[in-house]
Amino acid sequence: MQRATFILIAIVVAAFSILIVLKDLIFGLGFAFTFNDYFFFAGYVVLQFIVLATAWNILGGYCGYVNFGTAAFFALGAYTSVALHKFDPGKWNIELPGLDIPLAFLAPLFPLPIPVLVVVGGVVSGIVGLGMGYLTLRLRGAFFAIATLAMAVVLQTLVINWDYVGGSRGAYIIRPNSLNVLGLEVPYIQYLFLLMLVLAVAALTTARTIERSRLGFGFATIRDDELAAEACGVPTLRLKLIATALSGAFMGMAGAPFPYYIGYLEPASAFGLAYAVNSIAMPMIGGTTSWIGPLIGAILLGTLQQVATVTISSAVNLLLVGVLLVLFVVIAPNGIMGIVQDRMRARRRT
Amino acid sequence: MDISTDLLVNAIVAGLLLGGFYVAVTVGVSISFGILDIVNIAHPAFIILGAYIAYIVNTRLGIDPIVVAFAMLPVFFALGATVYDVYHHSFERRGRDPLGGLAFFFGLLFITEVGLILVFGVDYRYVEASYIGPTLRFGFVDLPLRMLVPCVISLLMLAGLQLYLSRTFIGRAIMAVSQDQLALQLMAANPARIKRIAFGISIATTSLAGAFLIVIQPVEPSVGRDYIGRVFAICVLGGLGSLPGTVLGAMLLGIVESLTATFYGPSWAPAVSFGLLLLTLAFRPAGILGR
Repeated sequence: MQRATFILIAIVVAAFSILIVLKDLIFGLGFAFTFNDYFFFAGYVVLQFIVLATAWNILGGYCGYVNFGTAAFFALGAYTSVALHKFDPGKWNIELPGLDIPLAFLAPLFPLPIPVLVVVGGVVSGIVGLGMGYLTLRLRGAFFAIATLAMAVVLQTLVINWDYVGGSRGAYIIRPNSLNVLGLEVPYIQYLFLLMLVLAVAALTTARTIERSRLGFGFATIRDDELAAEACGVPTLRLKLIATALSGAFMGMAGAPFPYYIGYLEPASAFGLAYAVNSIAMPMIGGTTSWIGPLIGAILLGTLQQVATVTISSAVNLLLVGVLLVLFVVIAPNGIMGIVQDRMRARRRT
Repeated sequence: MDISTDLLVNAIVAGLLLGGFYVAVTVGVSISFGILDIVNIAHPAFIILGAYIAYIVNTRLGIDPIVVAFAMLPVFFALGATVYDVYHHSFERRGRDPLGGLAFFFGLLFITEVGLILVFGVDYRYVEASYIGPTLRFGFVDLPLRMLVPCVISLLMLAGLQLYLSRTFIGRAIMAVSQDQLALQLMAANPARIKRIAFGISIATTSLAGAFLIVIQPVEPSVGRDYIGRVFAICVLGGLGSLPGTVLGAMLLGIVESLTATFYGPSWAPAVSFGLLLLTLAFRPAGILGR
């Protein structure tokens, strides 16, 4: 069943991409099928949550280590983009004794294209994740959770005090209206949407691959009984560090295009608790043991929130997420996937 | 940088007073996280709740916020006991599931914060009391009463709790529950009931801590987040579950934060607690007083 689902998703994604890139061509053939821009704005957010939820689940669902610092990793990616966007090589020199290299020769490369920023954001967040994990993962799991929560507060303090990226005033990023992709003129929001779509597919594929590999089984042993796993020779610390770095990297990647999407980035919005609670709630509601869980959770909650933001208010939809999280954790700890699997098992038995 | 002596002394005194307040904020977590092994990250949310209750009663009826807090102790105790019941039924009885328990408390934190924002908005709220304005002066040392009163009461509260835990039967049972649940059962005490009482006490302290918070500074719903790092930093720094250690950790953090705020600027203060937490976790995870 999972394989079929995966193929289905692949087909949908491919169809979307082709539709967007080639839509002028298709319109020429007489298809009267249009998307308005709001679809892409809303879709981008849902896709971003798919990436965040899947990334969270690599550490939280597979290894059983709770990360409350999604916002920190996300903002790290976003602020890496801002810093690189503002970087003007013409003004910087590498000054070593007896050596003076002006960086101006790099100028034609800037501003860097977003895919490069995504990679850089991912690397930065991954390294920070690795460092955090190294300091705290040797201890009880709760310490890691608390440290990630505190890390969000501290990174926010650092960014507020860092004038280069705008400090507490925030930073404006002016994005072009459209972009040339493979000779076709694509509106920028559709380009971002496509990018996030690719990221979401990459995250899901990674999660699915992990699940079926030695790595995934190693993760599962840590989740079930770390002491026993250690005793059986599973290199638990190394596996946990791999999970933290991977999970952090994907969160950073999800954050990297964010400044271009939002246009104005300020610490309070980049470090919002909403990212943390959503990236926990989505896998918990969908089910944490397989890659489908976060996907279901993200699509359900993400869409619900988009609808609620438009129709009710943005504060109420956050309350909704919190209440749903607590309800699911208490009543259905295995999420929607757990309920579905129980049903299927019961049916098979009769 | 030229550091003048009176500035330094004043910063240290302010740090000690701040540390006294941190004792009240942390003692609940020392009980729940340190003794009961319940990672209640929603603790600061309960503190904010306490602050808002003190605020409502103070503005409507003009009653002193700390008196209100003492009156609300039983209510908070009941609230804590109820939360523990839910936690116990959903997580402890189903076996070890740290994921669900953490997510549960995180959800509570979030619901409280957003709920308060929906009701009161994000404006800063403050209370009025006779001791908020005046300052005692000894030579060049300033003792603002608004810091001194919470500091003294929270130290008294800690001393009371320490006596309770070491002298009474239930207090000793609470200490025992963290060491060996089975042995406690053999002594004819029900661990779940003991833990319920302990968790109730832990949440009851947030009523006082909340009142102190709103006496010391204006409060808005998301202030609590800054305290998560602090509370757990102090708790780990002092050695988990040790109340005297909590005082030591709180005073230390208070002094370091106060010095940072005085000499580098207040916007850096939140980073201090986290730095301390990470350093402690990396080099001395058992805490200062730990074995």
